[in-house]
Amino acid sequence: MKYVRYKEIEKNFFMDTPIQIEERLWDYIDGLSSPAERSAIEVLITENIEWQNKYKELLHVHQMMDAAELAAPSMRFTKNVMEEIARLHVAPATKTYINKNIIRTIGAFFLTMIAGFLVFCLGQFKWSGSGSSSSFLPRYDLNLDTKMKEFNWSKLFNSGYTNIFMLVLVILGLVMLDMYLQRRKQQHLEAQGNKEA
Amino acid sequence: MLQPGLTDTELISKILQGEQSFFAQLVERYQNYVFTLVLRFTDSREDAEEISQDIFVKAYRSLADFRGESKFSTWLYTIVRTSCITFLRKKKLDITSIDNERTFLQLENRESGFTANSIEQKSRHAMVNEAIRLLSPDDAQLITLFYKGEQSLEEIGKVMGLEANTVKVKLHRARHRLKEKMEKYFSHEVREIQGD
Repeated sequence: MKYVRYKEIEKNFFMDTPIQIEERLWDYIDGLSSPAERSAIEVLITENIEWQNKYKELLHVHQMMDAAELAAPSMRFTKNVMEEIARLHVAPATKTYINKNIIRTIGAFFLTMIAGFLVFCLGQFKWSGSGSSSSFLPRYDLNLDTKMKEFNWSKLFNSGYTNIFMLVLVILGLVMLDMYLQRRKQQHLEAQGNKEA
Repeated sequence: MLQPGLTDTELISKILQGEQSFFAQLVERYQNYVFTLVLRFTDSREDAEEISQDIFVKAYRSLADFRGESKFSTWLYTIVRTSCITFLRKKKLDITSIDNERTFLQLENRESGFTANSIEQKSRHAMVNEAIRLLSPDDAQLITLFYKGEQSLEEIGKVMGLEANTVKVKLHRARHRLKEKMEKYFSHEVREIQGD
């Protein structure tokens, strides 16, 4: 019965390359194998000389690494660190001074910039939806080099897109400035309160 | 590695309450771990000590950011890794891929060092440490984290930005390379150990 089980397992693991055998054995040693794999490997270690030798070899390496000692710094190390930190204070946690609203406003600022740029670029294409039956997609002229030469830059700051885009940017800028000034004011008031206390 | 007494979380909460002296206990507890990890990046003990000291100072400064969601050693390792990379950048060493093995020249120097020393007199621990030092910094750190840092594959993956399964594969490869190095440079000792 035991022999039949062994033959069955050996058949399943027969195609294993030496690397795969090693991987299976490392998993077994680290306790990462599934229960089914574990019992199969146990049988192979007992019955198959190749698996047995490889297992012994890896187990030695594992034991040696497990027993290896950590390197130690000089005797004065702790003292040096303590002397160094004596004049320092623990910094406040990052989450206390990073305001999520500021991050969101900055994100909105960049998204608006990207969106504005995309709208402006798309506005430069000559969309000629001729309604031809050959294609559902509008035809556009991709000869950008020629278009850039033809482009009248003086019109840029008079276009509706640019004006709206600039307006949004100015509003966002003012919001950010307001948030910054509010924060400064709050910090100033807190500092005054602490002094009075 | 860990000493009895207050837990890491208890020590940290005392330090955050202003009792700075408790930080010495944390340093005592993790100095060997940090120093060994740093030594995987640099060969110089002086440099390693300087970087390790800097790591503990940084850890103290940002202790309020430790939220206790992971082990303190896991959090500390993130500082170790960034500090070591910064140090190597400052030194203008080639760190474009820390996955690559150290340069041939470094290996050659080490090999000549081994023959000059009488390896027979070295303990098994020293032999393993020497073999680990022959690996790439990433392989060496991975092995140190797994065996000495008491870190699970998931925890290592978290700090290295990798999937646990990728860490497992990397660990397999690192151990395979370590075994090769041991067979190449310490075959006599390995045979002796296996014959025990």
